Formats: sequence, structure tokens, C-alpha cells
Amino acid sequence: MSAVLELKNLGYTYGKGTPFEKRAVDGVSLSINKGELVGIIGHTGSGKSTLVQMLNGLIRPTDGQVLLEGTDIWEKPKEIRKIRFRVGMVFQYPEYQLFEETVYKDIAFGPTNMGKTGDELDFAVRSAASFTGLKPELLDKSPFDLSGGEKRRAAIAGVIAMDPDVLVLDEPTAGLDPMGRELLLSQIIQYHKQRKNTVLLVSHSMEDIARVADRIMVMSRSRLVMFEETKEVFSHGAELEQIGLRVPEITKIMQELKNRGFDIPDGILTVDEAFAVLSRLLKKEGKIW
Amino acid sequence: MVRDVAFGQYFPAKSLIHRLDPRAKLVMFTAYIVIIFCTFNFASLAVTTAFTVLFVALSGVPFKFYFKSLKVIILIVLITSLLNLFYGSGEPIWQWWIFRITQNGINRAIFVTLRIVCLILASSCLTFTTSPTEMTDAIERLMKPLKILHFPVHEIAMMMSLALRFVPTLLEETDKIMQAQKARGSDFESGGITKRVRALTPILVPLFVSAFRRAYEIATAMECRCYNGGDGRTRMKSIHLSARDCISFAVLGLVITGVILCNIFLEPAI
Repeated sequence: MSAVLELKNLGYTYGKGTPFEKRAVDGVSLSINKGELVGIIGHTGSGKSTLVQMLNGLIRPTDGQVLLEGTDIWEKPKEIRKIRFRVGMVFQYPEYQLFEETVYKDIAFGPTNMGKTGDELDFAVRSAASFTGLKPELLDKSPFDLSGGEKRRAAIAGVIAMDPDVLVLDEPTAGLDPMGRELLLSQIIQYHKQRKNTVLLVSHSMEDIARVADRIMVMSRSRLVMFEETKEVFSHGAELEQIGLRVPEITKIMQELKNRGFDIPDGILTVDEAFAVLSRLLKKEGKIW
Repeated sequence: MVRDVAFGQYFPAKSLIHRLDPRAKLVMFTAYIVIIFCTFNFASLAVTTAFTVLFVALSGVPFKFYFKSLKVIILIVLITSLLNLFYGSGEPIWQWWIFRITQNGINRAIFVTLRIVCLILASSCLTFTTSPTEMTDAIERLMKPLKILHFPVHEIAMMMSLALRFVPTLLEETDKIMQAQKARGSDFESGGITKRVRALTPILVPLFVSAFRRAYEIATAMECRCYNGGDGRTRMKSIHLSARDCISFAVLGLVITGVILCNIFLEPAI
């Protein structure tokens, strides 16, 4: 597997040289493989947002490097826009960035900036809309007439339409109702499976992250404290709690059962897994058939 | 970037100037601005400059911040003082082609520079040491007499404080929207003027939408708390004139008298 993104000793300081100087990201080094789905978790203010904004050159690191497929993204500062098409970034509450007259035009904004026209553009827009589950008849409506969840989908489609190699999503499910959350999350997984590109997902919901991520980056106080496989990360419950995070509820329950002497394996992350394990256990004890 | 502008920002501290009654500050500021432009000889100029130095030092705001707001107007100062330098009357002391410098021109340049610098320092001092709420409070109280003429004093003050409260919010919002559109390949830095203006649409439309949304939200929030205008409202922090306000009035009075006396008894320099 080859690395698509590599961070070398990456750091960022806000307001350098002023009394308000603040180190937001400090000495982060890691590499992310092609086709991975990486979760990023961390307490509010731990530097996640600053970190992801450096990945596509929205802010320039004060030290260290970001390598996209082996080349420094700031090698040619004039061509930083090209990097932004390759590393797509969906911000928190992206629906507030909608501005065009129709949903179609808004989704087309990114690909048009890339220089796409005609059939190619049309294909990009329509496939992005279907990836995010946006009904085709909504495309001709004004984005301001959509519901909250639909707006969110439209905004995410606007980034997916650029067909980036790496897609970064900052809290994509924040503020959605449980059904909307579930649906959006499964669409992200679907998208990831079909396009086989790299996805980075920032989230406060450990349940969401546990469900989708292959590996997890844990940020705390501007530093990267863990970057491991999902099961591995969530087996460090005590450490996570120390930095203000937690493990998914279900993992905690299963861990507690294990501590009480039940025969339960480590690292259970979803309700489905727990259900399978528990029903096997109950069958063995003859409680259910 | 947009947030780096120092001019007009409140700097929280507990200095003497901070604790002055905002109404007194506003009145004194207005009087002082008038007097700055009534200095016609070096003695009176020295008095106002010294007074400026005094309250800047007393304000407890690091000089760096004053310097930042001076930086914004440095070009204006340079241009006006250069113009004044070459447009003086009287005997030239240096001449080349159409440019001639006279003693009067030099004096004018010095006066205009110092006056503008004092003006900026004074207004920065006012905004650094007075929070926006104090400021609107003061304006409301000072304009109260206009109520007899059915002038909506309270409404205007409320509008002002709401507007001021949303300045940082909207700046932050602009920043966010800009980042988001940049991530979709918006290009604000290159191209001709028409292209650049057009590139602003993706920022302005969402910004207006969110400004309206916030306006509705705040209106609802105010109505939920039974806001119904200014009649009979009392304040959480009522403002009172105190001894230190009287002393500062006295000091300013001395400065004004000084300037007037200098103007009467000394020859004007410009």
C-alpha cells in the first residue's frame, strides 16, 4: 500500500510574534495510505480543525511539510488551487456556504472552477448528487428551499463533485436527526467503497467513528497522541477518558461484562457485533435457542 | 486577516481612563477634537500633544496597539503633510522647479501631522478604553433630550449595540465562508477587477443569508424575554459621574484655557 498523504513534523502557530500567540498543531508526523478511511477524534480545541485545514493548503503550516503523493503541496504556492481539487474539504455546517440559484449550479461550482464543462460537468454533478442521496428533481430547486438535511447533502455533493483523491469531512453529521445521521454515514461508507479513495472523517461521535474508520488519529493538546487501528484505539479506554474522550457506549458495556467474568472478546465496536457475541453466549448457556 | 485591524477595538483593562464615565469620555473627546484643530502656535500645539501623551500613558493599553492604528493612516498623514509642505506662503527657503518650501509650509506640515496623530491617538484611546456597550449607553444617555422631539433615541442605541455585537461574529463568518469557497476552488487573488468582483458572490450571498438568519434569531430571543422597547427599562450597570470624572474635566478645562490663552497672547505660526 502506498501513502497518499504524508505529514512531516507538521506544526502551526496562530498569531506568531504577537501576545496572542497560540500553538495549535505541534509536531505531527504520520502517513495515510491510499483507500483508507481514517477517523480523527479529539477534544474541542485539540487542533483537529487546524490540522485538516493544512491538508489542502487552506492554511500554510508554520513548520513541517504536507506531502501529497510524495510532493510537498507548497512546492509551487501559485498552484495551491490544484491541491484543493485533489484534497476535497467539507467544513462543519457546510450548508451555510450554498449560494447559487439552483442546487445543480451550486454543486457545479467546484468542478467548473476546475475547468470542467459539458457532459463531463453534468456527469460530475449528477453522480455526486446520487452519491449523497439527493433526489434528481431537487437539482433545479433553489438551495434555500431545501430542508436542513438536504442542504447538507447538497453542500457535501459540491465537494464530492470535484472527485478528490482525498475527501476530508469535518463533523458531517453534526446537528442532523438520528435518521439523517445514519443515512449520511452509510452514504459516506458507500461512496468510499465505490470510488476507493481516501476519506478522513473528523467527528465527536465515537459511535460513528467506530463504525466506519479503519484507523483513528487521536489529537490532544495540539499533538497527535495515537494513530492506530480502530480496535486498538478503543481498547485504551482509560487513556481516552484522560484526554476528555470516551469509547463507544457498547464497547464500554461489553468491556464491563468481560470484567465480570463473561467470555467476551476485546474490541467490540458496534451494536451488531455485540448482538452476535451475546446471542452466541446465550445460546451456549441454553438461555435462548 | 480581517481580524488584524486594531483601530476601533476594545482593550479590556482597569486603568483610570477605563474607569471614567463613558458619557464624560465622549463629551471630553468631542471637546478635545475641536481644541486640537484650534491650535495655531507651537505653544498650544505642545500643550495638546503633551495632553495626548498623558492620557495615552494613563490608558493602560500597550503603545503597540496605538502604533497599529497609526499605521493604518500613515499614508494619509504623509500625503497631507507633503501637500502642506509645498503650499506654504511667504519667502521660499528652498526652491526647485515648481517645488518651493517656505517656513510657513514647514510649520503647516508639522501642525497637520501632529494634529492628525493626536486625533487618531485620542479616538483610539476612546475606543480602546470604552466597551461598545458602554459607548452606546453613553450615546443613548447623551441624546436623551432629543426624545422631546420624538427622536427614537433608545431604538437607535439598541440598533447600534446590536450592530456592534455582530461585527466580530460576521467577521468570523466571512472567514469561514471564504475558507469553504476556497476549498471549492474560488480564486480571490488573481484576475482583473470584474473577475475579482464576481468572485465575491459566493461569499456575499451566504453572508447575507446568515446575517438575516441571525437577525431573526436575535429578534425571537429578545421577544422571548419580553423586550418591548425602551420605556421603563432600567440598566444592569447604571453609570454615575464620580470624582475622577470631575478631575478629568478640570484637567481638560485647563488644557482648553491654555490653548485659548496661547492663541490670544502669542503670534500664530501658521
